[in-house]
Amino acid sequence: MNKRKHNAEDYLRMYRQMVRIRTFEDNANQLYLSAKMPGLTHMYSGEEAVAVGICEALTDDDRITSTHRGHGHCVAKGAEFKEMFCELLGKAEGYCRGKGGSMHIADQSHGNLGANAIVGGSMGIATGSALRARLLGQDDVTVCFFGDGATAQGLMYEVMNMAALWKLPVIYACENNGYSEYTRTEEIAAGSITARAEAFGIEAFRIDGQDVLAVNDLTRKLVDRCRKGEGPFFIELETYRYHGHHVGDINREYYRSKQEEKDWKDNRDPIIRFRAHLVSEGIASEDEIEAMNAEIEKDAAEAVAYAEAAAYPDVSEVDKHVYAD
Amino acid sequence: MREITLSQAVNEAIAEEMRRDETVFLLGEDVAEAGTPFKVLSGLVEEFGTARVIDTPISEPGFVGLAVGAAMTGARPVVDLMFGDFIYLVMDQLCNQAAKQHYMSGGKLTVPMVLRTNLGATRRSAAQHSQSLQALVAHIPGLKVALPSSAYEAKGLMKTAIRDNNPVVIFEDKLMYQDKAPVPEEEYLIPFGEAHVKREGTDITLIGTSSMVQVAEKAAELLARDGIEAEVIDPRTIVPLDEVALLASVRKTSRAIVIDEGHQSYGVTAEIASRLNEKAFYHLDAPVLRMGAMDVPVPFSPALEDLTVPTPEAVAENARMLCAGEMIHAA
Ligand SMILES: Cc1ncc(C[n+]2csc(CCOP(=O)(O)OP(=O)(O)O)c2C)c(N)n1
Ligand SMILES: [Mg+2]
Repeated sequence: MNKRKHNAEDYLRMYRQMVRIRTFEDNANQLYLSAKMPGLTHMYSGEEAVAVGICEALTDDDRITSTHRGHGHCVAKGAEFKEMFCELLGKAEGYCRGKGGSMHIADQSHGNLGANAIVGGSMGIATGSALRARLLGQDDVTVCFFGDGATAQGLMYEVMNMAALWKLPVIYACENNGYSEYTRTEEIAAGSITARAEAFGIEAFRIDGQDVLAVNDLTRKLVDRCRKGEGPFFIELETYRYHGHHVGDINREYYRSKQEEKDWKDNRDPIIRFRAHLVSEGIASEDEIEAMNAEIEKDAAEAVAYAEAAAYPDVSEVDKHVYAD
Repeated sequence: MREITLSQAVNEAIAEEMRRDETVFLLGEDVAEAGTPFKVLSGLVEEFGTARVIDTPISEPGFVGLAVGAAMTGARPVVDLMFGDFIYLVMDQLCNQAAKQHYMSGGKLTVPMVLRTNLGATRRSAAQHSQSLQALVAHIPGLKVALPSSAYEAKGLMKTAIRDNNPVVIFEDKLMYQDKAPVPEEEYLIPFGEAHVKREGTDITLIGTSSMVQVAEKAAELLARDGIEAEVIDPRTIVPLDEVALLASVRKTSRAIVIDEGHQSYGVTAEIASRLNEKAFYHLDAPVLRMGAMDVPVPFSPALEDLTVPTPEAVAENARMLCAGEMIHAA
């Protein structure tokens, strides 16, 4: 009975976090469409179960490294809407004081070492963070998020080799959403992705990235084993991005069919699936879920309004932070 | 004369050279069906097929390495590096491998390849997608470096680059892809190492590269209102550099400002200013000024990003002070 209650809370938090990501992205997209957001951004919508399933298995001391498609990781690791929207709009109260923007958002307070605009660019950082944990006798684990496209970067093979040699507490989480920009994964990745990790003696798993519970269960086990010195691990998560490569990628039928997109949205959506599970298990009623959704929407709307009204950094900030004191 | 965009000009140049020489081929991420994220190469795969317009995985050092090998053995690859910022990833292939083969082999091996990439901030793309890194490669003997300032230059320089027997790096300004300029229908090439005087003047020389040529031209217009006649020169290639033309202009005007979008310190502007000081010292009435991008990573926030690049107003202001005999930035 007690266990059941504990699970219910975990489940509701996972659901809430997935909806928060989706809601964040819907608002970010709207900001782009209404020309209020400088530059471009890459939407995480559709991949929520990956970030949430993994980050819900971590503590604030555990670290993650994120990607250009990083809003989901940031929310899942505990970030606040207000500071995130401020960052997206280049405002002084953003997580990076407006200096980083969408592609460099980082949240030290929750162990998010940052998004990265260089594909595969964070693999060294994640592995280095794990090396530090080993060296200093700390028991935190680092998760390195990256896409299928990033598996083409040579750096990945250099750092996986060292991580395996030195048994580092790092989990490589490959978000395979089927595409690398405008190209299908089959056209850019030869053979099997998990086999590449296995070649280094790294235990590798391939799982359904739309099933938040499956992702969470596996990650909990691997995080425990990492803490015992049994790392590194590799997970390939099968998932899908609902939007284009970035918000401006609207006409995409030349590389991906509408039917395929509809199929993933209608039949494999991680939020719809988990919501049905919560209701059928009696963990939440439809009304409770609707109330939660509405509350998240309100939070997001308030954060957007706050960010729009917030101040830009003062011009004197332009050459601050080039060097640390 | 017809006007076409810089993007179309690059596309035409590559298409013409691919028709002319079957050893020319294209290599890079999303260059085929997608025609690159900037759509610069759209249509080429339809004409030349996927055998000569090759989509690669996101493996920059890998495919630049392939280009070096193909170039050393008889092909003429044109490599597309999606953002100039990714030059850091390919430095070994470019600087240790491509740049040195000819010299190390005592002139026996050649590496006729083109690396086309881009530069330029103010697109709100933040620190890893906004850099202007021409100085890094210009520093390496064996590489040639071209910086087209309009569609006209983009086409003529690209054709010359493809026919050159050395590794050439071409930086296009990504904010200029849609800018139109008159481009002849007839074939033409622009030789490397030949500067172009965009505007004649007698009081001060403004030397600009890439989109900084436009900044210099706008500054010259502002200055003309105050009766200052600025000469605007575009070197078009920084390696080789047309020293003769730059020196002739500075000897005439006795003052100069060098403008480039790379970071100011240890940059392209420093190199050019230094050569003018060394070779035209007795003709100068004022120190040669450098105007580069601020020495900071490019910030995302529009409120900060716009402060980091040279503007026509800032160039004109500095020019006025030089012409008025005021020592600016003096210690
Ligand atoms: C080193 C590098 N090369 C190319 C790019 C341009 N780029 C940005 S995202 C992307 C595709 C990445 O695909 P994937 O790793 O599968 O991530 P996804 O976008 O699917 O989440 C590319 C090629 C880049 N940012 N960095
Ligand atoms: Mg992908």
